[in-house]
Amino acid sequence: MAPGLITLDKVTKIYQTKDGPVESLRPLSFDIREGEFVSVVGPSGCGKSTLLKLVAGLLPITAGQLSLLGRRIDGPQKNVGIVFQGAVLLAWRTVLDNILLQAEIRHLPMAAARERALALIKMAGLSGFEHKYPWQLSGGMQQRVSICRALLHDPPVLLMDEPFGALDAMTREKMNLELQRIWYGSKKTVLLITHSIPEAVFLSDRVLVMSERPGSIAAIYDIDLPRPRSLDVMSTPEFAHLAKTIRGHFFAQGSLDH
Amino acid sequence: MKTLLTSQWARPFLLILVLLVLWDISIRVFAIPAYLVPAPLEVVVQLWREWPMLLSQAIPTTWATLGGFALSVVVGVPIAMLIAYSPLVESFVYPLLVFSQSIPKVAVAPLFVVWFGFGIIPKVIAAFLLGFFPVVVSTVMGFKSIEHDMVDLARSMGSSRWQMFFKISLPQALPAMFSGMKVSITLAVVGAVVGEFVGSNSGIGYVLQKANGNFDLPLMFAALVILSMIGVILFVLLDVIERMMIPWHASHRQEFMATA
Ligand SMILES: Nc1ncnc2c1ncn2[C@@H]1O[C@H](COP(=O)(O)OP(=O)(O)OP(=O)(O)O)[C@@H](O)[C@H]1O
Ligand SMILES: [Mg+2]
Repeated sequence: MAPGLITLDKVTKIYQTKDGPVESLRPLSFDIREGEFVSVVGPSGCGKSTLLKLVAGLLPITAGQLSLLGRRIDGPQKNVGIVFQGAVLLAWRTVLDNILLQAEIRHLPMAAARERALALIKMAGLSGFEHKYPWQLSGGMQQRVSICRALLHDPPVLLMDEPFGALDAMTREKMNLELQRIWYGSKKTVLLITHSIPEAVFLSDRVLVMSERPGSIAAIYDIDLPRPRSLDVMSTPEFAHLAKTIRGHFFAQGSLDH
Repeated sequence: MKTLLTSQWARPFLLILVLLVLWDISIRVFAIPAYLVPAPLEVVVQLWREWPMLLSQAIPTTWATLGGFALSVVVGVPIAMLIAYSPLVESFVYPLLVFSQSIPKVAVAPLFVVWFGFGIIPKVIAAFLLGFFPVVVSTVMGFKSIEHDMVDLARSMGSSRWQMFFKISLPQALPAMFSGMKVSITLAVVGAVVGEFVGSNSGIGYVLQKANGNFDLPLMFAALVILSMIGVILFVLLDVIERMMIPWHASHRQEFMATA
């Protein structure tokens, strides 16, 4: 078995606020292996975004041990690509320049970065919009730009916080296929937070179900569906069974999250 | 006529024309004596006759305004940035700044004359005192409204402080800064004139003072016209600079689309 690329050992997060401490994550322990695709589903406010920021090193953990690529996380991690819940684009930069920000800040060779950015734009179905500004794009298109930006520097680890939340069902399925292809071709390690159970099952090697806040792990499911998966897999009984089991957690807790 | 009404720049002039006519009519209808309010025509005549003098007196006022405005920006922006980035500085400095704004500038202006004499310095200081506050308030707001997720993203890219400032924070803060600077420059004109009121022998404020003493109401009104022209011209200049620097901002998008 491949070693843990992301390892959490009793990781806890308590936010210190003006109104006192807010417990966001109960002690979490799990490993994500190299090249593994892991999704996290859970009710709103259970600490999914918090978990992602901890792994990215953008928030300090309160207790426990958290390491990435074998090193303890003690600050922002550079070898990851991040997609946040919102698109977070710069209003004064065009689509292309927003994606190239990644290369500018990292001082990557610009000519090569430009070429790669254009290829990513094409992959994301944004051709023709290279020189448009974020406000000239739909919400879903903006989110696709932020995905391109997260992929530009070809990071070994991809951290995504509901990247497809703003997309319509059809574009979403297309992006799911694209993401599977990218992951399959590059063997990146992916941590995906999503609200969609079918999306989680379709894409993942493992699905991590979180409980109500303060978040803890309610269950972990191995998804043994054969790879590569086509959209047809969604209509198989195995798929339906997995989705139903996972959905059961939310009904049991009385909070179905869409 | 239709094109005149629809062209953007002609509209304020049309409104001015209407107001002038209303002014003239009300003077006639209510029989307001000329020593209270002069007729518009008299003001125009005086404006024409005294044009060279008014123009030459407008120059020191403009310089004092620009000096006070420049000082507002040079002093106000760094202070605002300190306030925006450090809660400690904010807790010490901000209440003091707000308090300082409640001191009537007109009352303290004579002090500057005592301290700095009759030159341009007391005028610049008066202009600075009025123009400085809006720059600070809006710059603080600009730097505080930066999206936290964007900062996080830049951190994960390994951004240096310089990159963070020039590529993300500063452009994000510019629109708010410009709106503060536009308020500031019009207030700086007022400040410069206040400075000229209390101690100066040049400038539009001085002309106003003198005309007032001589009961030359048409000249007073003419000086007021010049004063507002200074304000408008400086405002428009700043607006042009704003359009060049932040064409992407929501307030300019329509024309940006047209030119892009
Ligand atoms: N900066 C913060 N300060 C204090 N509390 C916070 C902060 N950020 C998040 N929280 C709290 O931590 C909990 C988890 O928040 P988080 O954003 O991680 O939830 P989430 O699972 O991503 O929710 P959603 O599905 O709605 O995005 C919430 O209860 C929230 O109130
Ligand atoms: Mg979230």
